[in-house]
Amino acid sequence: MNPPLLSVRGLSKSFPIRSRGFRSRLVATVQAVDDVSFDLNAGETLGLVGESGSGKTTTVRCILRALTPSAGQVLFRPPAGGLTDLAALSESALKPLRPHLQMVFQDPFSSLNPRMTVAEIVGEPLVVHGLAKGAELQARVDDILKKVGLKPGHRARYPHAFSGGQRQRIGIARALIMRPSLVVADEAVSALDVSVQAQILNLLKDLQAEFKLTYLLVAHNLDVVRHFCDRVAVMYAGRIVELAPTAQLFESPRHPYTKALLAAVPWPDPDRPMKLEVAGEPADPSRLPGGCAFHPRCPDCFAPCALERPALREVTGASWTVACHLPSATQPPSVLPTHGTDRG
Amino acid sequence: MKADNVLEVVDLKTHFLTEEGTLPAVDGVTFSIPRGRTLALVGESGCGKTVTSYSILRLVQSPGRIVGGQIRLLPRRGEPIDVAQLAEGDEHLFHIRGGLVSMIFQEPVAALSPVHTIGAHLAEALQLHEEVSRAEARRRAIEILRKVGIAAPERRVDQYPHELSGGMRQRVGIAIALICHPELLIADEPTTALDVTIQAQILHLIKSLQRELGCSVLLITHDLGVVAQVADEVAVMYLGRIVEHGPVREVIKHPRHPYTQGLLQSIPALNVGRRLASIPGSVPPLNAIPSGCPFHPRCPFAQPGRCDVGGPPDLRTVSTGREVACVRAEEILP
Amino acid sequence: MNATTTIASTARPPPREAGSLSPWALTWRRFRRHRVAVVALHALAVFYTLALGAEFFAPHSREWRDLSHAYCPPQLPRVSLAHGLFVPAMRRLIDPVTFKKSYVEDETHPVALGFFVSGESYTLWGFIHSDRHFFGVEDPAQECYFFGADKYGRDLCSRMIYGSRISLSVGLVAIAVTFLLGVTIGGVSGYVGGAVDNVIQRAIEIINSFPHLPLWLALGAVLPPDWSPLATYFAITIVLALLGWTNLARVVRGKILALREEDYATAARLIGASHTRILFRHLLPGFTSHIIVVLTMSVPAMILGETSLSFLGLGLRPPIVSWGVMLQDCLSIQTVANYPWLLMPVVMIVLTVLSFNFLGDGLRDAADPYATR
Repeated sequence: MNPPLLSVRGLSKSFPIRSRGFRSRLVATVQAVDDVSFDLNAGETLGLVGESGSGKTTTVRCILRALTPSAGQVLFRPPAGGLTDLAALSESALKPLRPHLQMVFQDPFSSLNPRMTVAEIVGEPLVVHGLAKGAELQARVDDILKKVGLKPGHRARYPHAFSGGQRQRIGIARALIMRPSLVVADEAVSALDVSVQAQILNLLKDLQAEFKLTYLLVAHNLDVVRHFCDRVAVMYAGRIVELAPTAQLFESPRHPYTKALLAAVPWPDPDRPMKLEVAGEPADPSRLPGGCAFHPRCPDCFAPCALERPALREVTGASWTVACHLPSATQPPSVLPTHGTDRG
Repeated sequence: MKADNVLEVVDLKTHFLTEEGTLPAVDGVTFSIPRGRTLALVGESGCGKTVTSYSILRLVQSPGRIVGGQIRLLPRRGEPIDVAQLAEGDEHLFHIRGGLVSMIFQEPVAALSPVHTIGAHLAEALQLHEEVSRAEARRRAIEILRKVGIAAPERRVDQYPHELSGGMRQRVGIAIALICHPELLIADEPTTALDVTIQAQILHLIKSLQRELGCSVLLITHDLGVVAQVADEVAVMYLGRIVEHGPVREVIKHPRHPYTQGLLQSIPALNVGRRLASIPGSVPPLNAIPSGCPFHPRCPFAQPGRCDVGGPPDLRTVSTGREVACVRAEEILP
Repeated sequence: MNATTTIASTARPPPREAGSLSPWALTWRRFRRHRVAVVALHALAVFYTLALGAEFFAPHSREWRDLSHAYCPPQLPRVSLAHGLFVPAMRRLIDPVTFKKSYVEDETHPVALGFFVSGESYTLWGFIHSDRHFFGVEDPAQECYFFGADKYGRDLCSRMIYGSRISLSVGLVAIAVTFLLGVTIGGVSGYVGGAVDNVIQRAIEIINSFPHLPLWLALGAVLPPDWSPLATYFAITIVLALLGWTNLARVVRGKILALREEDYATAARLIGASHTRILFRHLLPGFTSHIIVVLTMSVPAMILGETSLSFLGLGLRPPIVSWGVMLQDCLSIQTVANYPWLLMPVVMIVLTVLSFNFLGDGLRDAADPYATR
């Protein structure tokens, strides 16, 4: 097996909270991401799911160095060259690697500069890196616009002339024009209507096959993740609580939080009622409970949960890990009675 | 139409008279809500579902205007009221808003004033419609807070909105809406801004309170999953018109209108392991609505000369309780 | 219920704008819908044209005087078939008891008026020599005061046109200084942040808490009385600007802080764009329109500042003519009561300030072409 394209090791990010006033003092720190590790293989799609405050967006922003991680390594393998720790690089050393790492944003309205034309937005990466200009630049912009389903005739228009779905296509074109190897899609379809969402998901799949892309998809919509991803990492309060191949995760979730999350999804079928597995609200990252952060809401909470933070343990080999003290969480599937949240 | 409806909307037209021309945001919508039942209006952005709900409470602002149709409210006691005919400052409107009909919003934060306590919000809502003493208002406020599942309501009643989490605020929003025992509750995307576990809690809460208080619910949403879980009946809207109407189970399992079919085929949950069959193109702007059936340019079953000429097709009954606005409904049965 | 009002504005269809209009074209389109602002824009265009061509538009020169017509009241031009455009000549009567002067119109002596009449010769902009005036009396030996005369028999109309040169430009010069200070200091404050931001913000608060009038008095007293009128003029504008930049600095800082968090700024960072590129290509164009609005809205304050200072005798002094200097004649209530036309400059000040405010209003509404209204 090839070495992974991206290895995240012990990634942490904390934000200081300072008092307002002339002499700001450090009041507290919010541990937004806490010791997150995972591998991402070339050509696969990993989904990062969780509720608000789970740290999923902070995680990917640290990986892309839109934020600087507080600790940990982000080991990236560019197409030519050896393993590089993105977390340790300076802004200028990072620049040559930027073309390989791109992002598609959630909000199709705020992610495009309203004062630039489509051609300027899509072509900007090439201009910034001095990769093309003049007629070649125009040709490459037209080419990528066609690839994402827009017409070259759209190039002189401004973003406000487009619908949400079309704007998202412009954002995708900007991300792909430099032929990146890793594309992070941060809730890239969340703001879209369901029929447009389907168009964009199909487009992302087609482009993955064509350009051999590796996706890291951040989403809160479990439907999208199940449809789109090969593996899924579930985050809660800044930590990964379960990481599994999509089919296994949706068929027999192990972590009580994963179970609760899946049960709460309103299934578009009146004969499959959703279930309320947990009460309460997601943990506040600035006031995390001790031990397992989920234990105050966990229906199966027992003695060690409040005291000790569970480490990720393997269920079946390294591809399926879960961070839970419950002995049943890591039993092989055959031993375990099938859980009620199985929805085939 | 059954006799015991709480709301009957007949041929409602709400247009926006802008400088670019008239935008028919709602164009001939007819539906009714039986007492104690839940109707979901579902559709994509710009389909007119929110404008419809705002029309019922007469909250549509200029340049929007109700240009035709009836909105008949049928309270348990008292005469039916046609909301569409009421003048802007009519005292009936104040009686209706928050009393007979109340509303919960998508953004619970925006609906609560930051300088008033939770108790003040609830008391205001109550005292606008009933003659109650301050002590009585406080007692009722605590009672309704307990009912919407807020722990320690005696303490919460004196807190400010910013001290509550998003889910809590939405519970308070529901408490404000229900404190005067409305006969119709309009829920406009009540869970769209919430996390999925909180969404499940709020949807459960709305359902159980509805059963307990016996009110009807008009649910506005874009999420067919929420519709399936909460509603009894569903009306699918496209470009200001209802294109399909019927019991939820029937519509979701056997959609008759090509647009409803397209919507359901776009949902990843119903198409695991398959390529999503998305609807081609995008929703046209309201100032360029296609002739004939407004959906025909995106419809896989459209026939030239039949679907693209004349006015939009009427909503017609195709079987018991099922209405579809498609001339080919019988021919394209799946 | 408060809830209903806050949400109702969202129940509108999103505006659909046509194709590939640039943001500036969109701004202009929205501006044109604001009728009052368009009128104000035209009014200001007229005022500034008059100021630029003062020598040509004014019937007389600045210092032209006729002592025999001191405090002559204003006369409006009339039209008749017999005389064309004319005003009756003014005859001065002196009350034999009180020596109070008064004027009566002498209908038998019409003074013919006309366009492009020849009068005093002048040099416009340093190179156009002419004696043609846009409007005035046909026969230079006769006279007519459209807005009345002051105590030396000087033509108020002409003096107001000359005075607008100073009064309207003092705003612009001060605005240029404000712009430099505001954008630089505000930009540094917003982009650098941290302790620098903290110091600048506190400095702004201190400057804003200064009482303006005593400060002006002090500064006015400091200006050496033997400075040339021009030097005084520039000193005044700098004083006005030194106090006026704080507002703009705050706007610039706020906008930079807000736009820095926009996804498109993050997107630019992620493609590897430099700080300079992000600042000038992505952030600055996002609020140039806001800068223009703030500057437009602060012109009136500058004009009023100059007027107040000059009126109090601390700013410009004769022989320079500005609206404020002209108002120095109105210091006595008796003068104002007897010769109310001496207050004419106030009308112009009000019109100008209103025009700038309406223009600013219109620009503010049009400034963000993507805001939903």
